[in-house]
Parts: sequence; structure tokens; C-alpha cells
Amino acid sequence: MTTEPFPDQAPARNDLIARIGAGHLALAAVLLVFPFVASDFFTTQIGAYSLIFGMLGLSLMWLAGYGGMVSLAQITIAGIAGYTVAIFGENSADVHGFGWPWWVLVPFAVLIAALASALVGWVSVRTSGIYTIMITLAVATAMFYFAQQNYTLFNGFPGFAGVKAPVVFGIDWRDPMPFYFLSLGVAILCYLAVLYASKSTFGLTLQATRDNQRRMRALGYDVTMHKVFAWFLAGIIAGLAGILLVWFNGRISPGTINVGAAINVLIITVIGGLRHPIGPFLGAVVVILMQTFAIDIVGAERFNTLIGLLFLVIVFVSPDGILGLWEKAKAHLAPGSLRSDI
Amino acid sequence: MAKQDTNLAASRLEGTGACALELSGVARHFGALIALSDINMRIAAGERRAVLGSNGAGKTTLFNAITGDFECTSGRIQFFGEDITEIPAHERIRRGLRRTYQISQLFDGLSVLESVFLACRGVSRRRFSLLRPMDRDANMAQAHSILHAVHLEDDRDLLVSTLSHGRKRQLEIALALAGAPRFILFDEPAAGLSPTERRDLVAILNALPDHVGYIIIEHDLDVALRVSKYVSMMHNGRVFKEGTPEEIENDAEVQAIYLGGGHG
Ligand SMILES: Nc1ncnc2c1ncn2[C@@H]1O[C@H](COP(=O)(O)OP(=O)(O)O)[C@@H](O)[C@H]1O
Ligand SMILES: [Mg+2]
Repeated sequence: MTTEPFPDQAPARNDLIARIGAGHLALAAVLLVFPFVASDFFTTQIGAYSLIFGMLGLSLMWLAGYGGMVSLAQITIAGIAGYTVAIFGENSADVHGFGWPWWVLVPFAVLIAALASALVGWVSVRTSGIYTIMITLAVATAMFYFAQQNYTLFNGFPGFAGVKAPVVFGIDWRDPMPFYFLSLGVAILCYLAVLYASKSTFGLTLQATRDNQRRMRALGYDVTMHKVFAWFLAGIIAGLAGILLVWFNGRISPGTINVGAAINVLIITVIGGLRHPIGPFLGAVVVILMQTFAIDIVGAERFNTLIGLLFLVIVFVSPDGILGLWEKAKAHLAPGSLRSDI
Repeated sequence: MAKQDTNLAASRLEGTGACALELSGVARHFGALIALSDINMRIAAGERRAVLGSNGAGKTTLFNAITGDFECTSGRIQFFGEDITEIPAHERIRRGLRRTYQISQLFDGLSVLESVFLACRGVSRRRFSLLRPMDRDANMAQAHSILHAVHLEDDRDLLVSTLSHGRKRQLEIALALAGAPRFILFDEPAAGLSPTERRDLVAILNALPDHVGYIIIEHDLDVALRVSKYVSMMHNGRVFKEGTPEEIENDAEVQAIYLGGGHG
């Protein structure tokens, strides 16, 4: 290429746009401009919050979409990271709060979450389908009650308050705009990682195991080890989301990881769609917009009915969630897609 | 093609002149049901053998016993002189033993090429990698040559779930060719194929390198004749007759039990 006498710039640039995908570029532009035009409330309560729950959904999408393992324990794993940050970092509860610096605390919390996730995976990989859901639900429930009743480690019902995002490079990452961009950066990183991994040898192995475990064994693969490792990776994503979540709320308590929250993550992921890593983020935006505004309009009681109805409609109309609707709509419109070959 | 030959040739050195597979007194019971009893078979390296028998004769169970999918109730199995009776299934694969399944066991969500690539990776040392395979990846190159060998080159980017039955059977064979197979067990590869697809299958099998031996389970004597020189007849869990296809065709007992009794 370098020896070409007239290196042709324009086609190369078009190639790059084609590779990244026009949809991705448009989306990136919207996400970058968004905090400058939106109010602080929208930037954090809708923007950052959707990104965080989108990541939680992404960790489930990785397990369920590629691995065929539906987990209800993703919020639990995020909670473990959140609790780790509260216990080993700083909090205002006068319990623990070892004050570790963020650059030790964050990797440590992510590692703990990933290991906890691998453990949940190891317990559940011998099951499949509805039994995986049941086991992970049991884990989520047990963890909720344990955190609520244990005061020595989790400070029981009140949990920990006063957990703050650090000040780094002179920027207070608690402020709406920095926190939004922090969440955006981490979310994009996780999103691209999943996109890349989906076509990696490991990603293909995971999908093949989902499709036919028996044949994978016969081809010489250690199916159990691969699945547990998929849980480990999902734990990294959920752990990062958990850290952002505890910084977002400024606190963590058993309420953060109750069964309602666990089901919320599942609903977000299913509404968004399991076929592509962008799905959970779409689902998060829709559900969180509804959560924020439908409560004012129809009241908290009816809100759950509304979400439930939306869930049913989506599942019946388009088993692939909003993504599936999008694909259907696209068939009628001009080509141009979020999918890309990165 | 040349590439595949070198891959397959790598396994040739060890196998010369030896007996590829030797079963002595192999039996398998399912509770009270005796699916296999006192099977004795000797198959030379590079030999191509057909196994015929009606439904429920125990043919698939025989394959499961050889690959280690099922334990033998009694008896010994030797593979190229090594006793593999106690060795787990995935270790037998590493020794060059391969099989296909009567009911296709494929990966619906992957492409044809991805499936064969994983099969090649599975028997290599680099089964675990977080990276995407490069175009010049050795396993990828092998996958391409295998796809060529089973006439699936043009379908390599298709999703497996969209393949026709015939193509799926060809992919089933492709997965068994990964790595350096020394001996392959084909479980009814021709079942449900059209006459054209059968001809294709015969061509694929006959083009396999000479040193790769196999057993093929086949209902259709015409196909069996064209891909093997020796036939074992099974009935009720026993091998009751062995011989050349001509001998089998003209045998009175065979005609009574199998050919007369209708194809199972
Ligand atoms: N996993 C199993 N459990 C119980 N019985 C089995 C099992 N597999 C096969 N059998 C029985 O063993 C006998 C032989 O089956 P099989 O080997 O599949 O026959 P073939 O492949 O010759 O049609 C049949 O009676 C079948 O019902
Ligand atoms: Mg059979």
C-alpha cells in the first residue's frame, strides 16, 4: 500500500465509515452532543442512568444472547462491586470505609465482581434454560436477604451512604457532565469489547456451545470452562456498571439489589433485544424514560402494569425486542444500519 | 487441496501397517436391553468398512462405544495398538478418532466457515483465544481446504440454520475432517439425501486421503458398495456376517434377515 504512487485517500475514508457503520457514527454524534443541549436532570437521570442499566443489560445480553444462559443475578454482581467500593473506599456510615484510592479500588471491585460472577456461573453451568434462571434468581434473593441481615459486612438495611465518585485530574466526576461522559466512555468500551468478542475465537466457541454443547465437547472443547469464563467476562461488565451505579446513587443498600431490580435488568434486555449488543442500551433508554415520566402520568402503581404490558407486546410482536422492530422497519426503508463489521 | 493433504499426511507416519481399530468382546447393555454383545472386529489402517443392519441393530451404539460417548459394559477397544477402553472421549479425539452423527449436530447460529474453523481449533493447542482469527490463521486455512474437500466452498458464509439437509450432511462430514483424522466413523451420512447428493457424497468419501480409514453405516447397499470393500452385517447387537459386498449380497442368511426383512 505504501508503495502506491498515488495513495487514494477518499475511498479509504469511505471504507472506514463503512466499516464503523453510518449508524454508529450518527449515534456517537448524538451521544456526544446530548449533554450540551440537555438539562442536568436529563444528562444524569436519563442519560447516565440509561448507560449504566444498558451495561447491566449488556452483561446479560452477552450471557444470554451468545451463551444461551439467562441470568437474573447481574444486578447482584453489580451490587457486589458497589458494596466493595463502599466498604473499601469511603462512606459516611461509620462502618468500614478503608479509604483506598480509586485506582486500587476500581480494579479490585471489578475483580471481586468478576470472580463472584464466575462462581455463580460455576454453580449454574450444569443447568440450562429455566433452571439457570431459577438458580440465578435464588442467588439474587439470597444475596439480597444476606445483605439486609448482615450488619458486620454489609451494614444491613441502611447499607452505605456517602459513596462518592473521586476527583481525578482536577475534575469532580460527580458533576453531571463529567459523570455522563465517564459512563459513556465505560459503556462504549464495554460495547465495543462485546462487539469484538462476538466474532473472536472465544465468542464463536460460546455461541457454538449455546447451539450444541454435545458437539462442542466432541470437538475437544472444555465446555464448562468456557462457560465459566463467559460469566467472568460478564462479571467485569456488571462490576463496572455497579461501580458507576453506586457513584450515581451516592449510596448502596439492599434495595439496590432486590428482586425487582434483577427483573428490571431482564426486562430492559428483552425489550431492547438480545441479537446485538446495542439492544440493551435501547431497552434501557425506553424503560428509564417510561420509569421517569410514566410515574408522573399514570402513578407508581400503574407504572408496573404499563411496563408489563410493553413487555408482553414486545415479546409477542417482536421476539427480538426493539432491535427486531427496527430490522422489520428497515426492511421497508432505505438500507443503512447499526450493524457493522468492526 | 494440497494444504489438506499435508495436514492429513502428518498423521500418516504413525499409522502404517498397523491395525487401526480392534474390538474384542465388546458389549453394551442398557438395563436389561442388550444393545451390543460380543463384538469382535479388526480393521486395518486405511481400511474402509461398511456396517449394515436394520434399525435398532446396534450400529449407532457401536459407534458410541468406540468414541467413548458410552462406556462399554465389557470388552476392550484398541486404536492403533493402544488400549483406549478407559480413555475419555475427548482424549480419543486427540488420537485421531472422529465421528459424524446420524442426526446432524451442528451450530445453527454460526456460519459454515466458523463451524469448521472451530472444529480445527478444537483439536489444536490454541482452543482458547480472546482474539479474532486472522485471515492467515493456520486453522482458518485448514478450514478452507476442508470446505473444498466436502464441496462447501461456495456456502462458507451462510448461516448453518439456512442450509439444506444435504448441505448439513456435508458440513457434518467437514467437522469430522478437522485436525489430523486417522479413522472416521460415519453414521448414516447418506440418510435423506437425493440421488445427486448421494453421488456427491460418494465422491467426497472416495477423495479422502488413502491412509484415512473409516466405518460407514449405510442402509443403501449401492452406496456402501461404492465406498467400501468389506461389509459387516449387524443384527440384534451382533455382527453375524462379514465379507465382500458380493458375498454379502448373495448370502442367504443376509437376505432372510436384512434384505428380505425390509429396510429399517
Ligand atoms: N441411550 C440409550 N438408552 C437406552 N437404550 C438405547 C440407548 N441408545 C440405544 N438404545 C437401544 O439400543 C438399541 C440399538 O440402538 P442403535 O444403536 O441406535 O441402533 P441402530 O443405530 O442400529 O439403528 C435399540 O434398541 C435402542 O433402543
Ligand atoms: Mg443408528
